[in-house]
Amino acid sequence: MIEDTVIGSIEQQEYTINMGPQHPSTHGVLRLVVSLKGEIVTQVKPHLGYIHRGIEKMSESMTYPQIVHLTDRLDYLSAHINNHALCLAVENALQVEVPERVKYIRTIMDELNRIASHQLWWCSFGMDLGALTCFFYGLRDREYILDIFEESCGSRLLHSYYTPGGLMKDIHPGFQKRVKDFIKYFRKVLPEYDQLLTGNVIMQERTRGIGNITKEEAISYGFTGPSGRGSGFACDVRKHHPYALYDKVDFQEVLYHEGDSLARYQVRIGEMWESMKIIEQLIDNIPEGDYSAKMKAVIKLPEGEYYQRVEAARGEFGVYILSDGGKTPYRLKLRSPNFSNLSAIDLLARNFKIADLIAIGGSLDLVIPDIDR
Amino acid sequence: MNVIGYIKGIIKGIISLIKGMMVTGHYFVHPGKIVTQQYPENRKKLEMFTAFKGEVTMPHNEANEHKCTGCGICEMNCPNGSIEVITKTEVNEEGKKKRAIDKHIYHLDMCTFCELCIKTCPSNALAWGQEFEHAVFDRSKLTKVLNKPGSKLMKGVE
Repeated sequence: MIEDTVIGSIEQQEYTINMGPQHPSTHGVLRLVVSLKGEIVTQVKPHLGYIHRGIEKMSESMTYPQIVHLTDRLDYLSAHINNHALCLAVENALQVEVPERVKYIRTIMDELNRIASHQLWWCSFGMDLGALTCFFYGLRDREYILDIFEESCGSRLLHSYYTPGGLMKDIHPGFQKRVKDFIKYFRKVLPEYDQLLTGNVIMQERTRGIGNITKEEAISYGFTGPSGRGSGFACDVRKHHPYALYDKVDFQEVLYHEGDSLARYQVRIGEMWESMKIIEQLIDNIPEGDYSAKMKAVIKLPEGEYYQRVEAARGEFGVYILSDGGKTPYRLKLRSPNFSNLSAIDLLARNFKIADLIAIGGSLDLVIPDIDR
Repeated sequence: MNVIGYIKGIIKGIISLIKGMMVTGHYFVHPGKIVTQQYPENRKKLEMFTAFKGEVTMPHNEANEHKCTGCGICEMNCPNGSIEVITKTEVNEEGKKKRAIDKHIYHLDMCTFCELCIKTCPSNALAWGQEFEHAVFDRSKLTKVLNKPGSKLMKGVE
C-alpha cells in the first residue's frame, strides 16, 4: 500500500508531457511540451523545427519564377494565395500591369482556395472534438473545388499556377460553369454544416469561453486572419490594403468580439459565405484577353526593398524581397500567419484542461510547414 | 431554478443532437449522387483532366521524331535539377555540324511539377503525361530518358 502522503505529493507535483511531434491533433510535426497539474495545463512550450526546409535560404539561389513553387509548400492549403503574394511583389517591383483577365482569375482562385482551406479546417476541427461525420462531409464538398483546380491548373494541392506577370496557362473552357455549379451546390450544403456541428451542444460546450484572448492581446501577439477577427481585431488585408480586385467587389469583413474558440469558428464559417459572394460577383464578368503580361525571359528586379502582403486563409502572409539588382533575391523573408498565431498558445491554453488544448489548437487552424518554413 | 436550468440543458442538448442526426439520416435514406470513387476497380474507365500534371513527357510523332533541339533552357529553368540534357554533334545531309540531343534525362523522383520546363521550352517539345501511378520498388526506375531510342529531330524545328 502506498501511503496517503506519497499519493498527495504526486498529485501536487507538476509533470510534463510531450504532445507530438507525432500526434494526430497537432496537424503536423509540432511538438508541444505541456506542463500539467492534474488535468490542468499550466504551461505550453511549442518546439519548432521538425519540418524546417530552409525555404528562405533556398530562395536566395533561385530566380523569381522558380521561387513560386516553393511558396506553395509553406501553407499548402492556401497555395494560390501564397503564390499571389510573391507574384504581386515581383510585379510591383517591375511596375508591370497585369491584364484584367488575370486579376479576375486570380481573385476567383484565391477565394476558392480560401473556401477549400476552411472546409478542410472544418473537417479537422470536428474531428479534433470527436465528431467524425464532419470529416467526411467537409472532404466531400472540398472535392468539388479540387476538381476545379485540377481541371484548370493541373494539380489539386500544390498548383504553382501563378507566375510573375500572369498565369501559367489559361483557364479551362468549362471553368465558369463548374464554379457556378459549385456555388449553387455549396449554398445549399453550407447550412448543413451549422446543423451538424455549430448548433451541437457538445461542440458549443467545448468551445464557448475556451481559449480567450482579448483584442489588445491579439494585436500584441500579431494575430491576423480569422483568429484575430474572432477577437474583434479588424485586420482583413483584402479590406484595408486591397490588392487584385478586392477594392471593386462588395463583401463584409466578418468580425466577432468574444475572442474564444467559438468566435474563431464562426468567423471562418462566415468567411465561406463572403467568399462565395465575391466569386459570384466576378465569375460572369471574366474579360477576354491574355492570360499573362509580356515578361522578359530573365526577370531582374531593380535594386531595393519590396514588401507585399495578402490575406491567406489563416491570416496575413507577407513577402519581403531585398534585391541587389540580380536575377535572384539577395534576401527573401516570409511573414507567415501561423507562426504568430502559434506564439499565443501558452496564453490561450493556460488554466484550461488538456482536452481544451486540442480544441484551441484546432481553432487556430495551424499548418506546421508554414510555421517552420 | 438550478434544476430547471439543468433539465432545459438536457432537452436543448437532445434537440441539437437530433438536428445533427437529421442531416446524417437524410443522406442515409437519400444516397443520391455517389461521391466515392472505387479507385483500383475503375482504373480502366478513369480519365484524368487534360491539364493534369502526371509526369513530363516528350511527345513523338509516328515517324519517331521529336521537337527537342537540345538548347538546355528546360535544364536551366528547372529549380531542383530534375532535367539533364546531354547533347552530341551530328553532321546533317548538307555536311553541316549541328547540335542534337543524345539523352534527355528526367528525374521524376526530384520533380516538383512546377511546369517551368514546359512553359519555357521554345519549341514546345515537352508536354504533360497523364500517368500518375508512379510507385516503384527501385528508385533508379524513376530516372527516365524522355527521347525514344533512334528518334530524330522533327523537320522544320530549329
